[in-house]
Amino acid sequence: MSGDAHEHDSAIEHSGSLKDYVTGFLLAVMLTAIPFWLVMAKVFFAQPGITAAIIIALAVVQIVIHMVYFLHMNTRAEGGWSLLALLFTTMLVVIALSGSLWVMYHLDHNMMPAGSPMSMPGANPDPRNMP
Amino acid sequence: MSEAPAMPRYYLTTEHHPENGTLLGFWLYLMSDCLVFACLFAVYAVLGRHYAGGPTGAQLFDLPVVAVNTSLLLLSSITYGFAMLAMNGNRLRETLLWLALTGALGAGFIGLELREFAHLVAEGAGPQRSAFLSSFFTLVGTHGLHVSFGILWLATLMVQLARHGLTAANRRRVMCLSMFWHFLDVVWIGVFTVVYLLGVLP
Repeated sequence: MSGDAHEHDSAIEHSGSLKDYVTGFLLAVMLTAIPFWLVMAKVFFAQPGITAAIIIALAVVQIVIHMVYFLHMNTRAEGGWSLLALLFTTMLVVIALSGSLWVMYHLDHNMMPAGSPMSMPGANPDPRNMP
Repeated sequence: MSEAPAMPRYYLTTEHHPENGTLLGFWLYLMSDCLVFACLFAVYAVLGRHYAGGPTGAQLFDLPVVAVNTSLLLLSSITYGFAMLAMNGNRLRETLLWLALTGALGAGFIGLELREFAHLVAEGAGPQRSAFLSSFFTLVGTHGLHVSFGILWLATLMVQLARHGLTAANRRRVMCLSMFWHFLDVVWIGVFTVVYLLGVLP
């Protein structure tokens, strides 16, 4: 592959077509409108867990849509290094998020003395003692 | 010497340097920025329900305003896309017009966010009120700062484009800002989902 051809390929990879942008935009609008509607119209009001699961799933899908249609992420851009960096970062992000939640949840759980008002869910401790 | 061209070559004859190294480098910067946001998201995920007897997300957040803000940022993403298409077609005026529209939408986003922050502080729900509000202001404020600097960069770039036209250097800068701008929209998906929508759920 000559240098010129490579430069040409990269320029195309980093711009995308009108169809790409419009498709991505329409999908993003749908994937934004649905979670807002679910929460604002209180569709699953009795089961917040279902709402939470759906809106998190839709957010993940929308992030992928943005990556593909707006950031033009694919296996060919920069010889695959962009995607590799993205996958590595995603792994670190997942470790940081799930690890923090896991560790801090168990810390909260284990640090509370049994029978104290703090250990009861929904208890409202004296706000003057809180930071 | 005559058989030399037929010999297989095991080395590069051209310079071993990626032509668009800047774009890959900028992408790596964005990935490191992504880790900054991941840490702030982790902090919010841990502290987001520690109200210290203060107001909760359900009491504070005004979802219609957040919906408008989200629309502004999403619209600014596609107007930036149109600026990129105009640049690829070598249409300078059109590029500048779309970039100006992108900047205006971004400024609208920042304006609404500052209005929200001022409203919260006036209500006594400032960052010092509870762990929830500290982490909220840190996460959303960091994103807002990124957008503000993006607008500053955008304005600078528009001056450079108007002065020097669509030169190779300016094209590279427009591409980098494009990645930055779309990346901020990706982070905002996380913010409106985790902070605002999950925040108002019981």
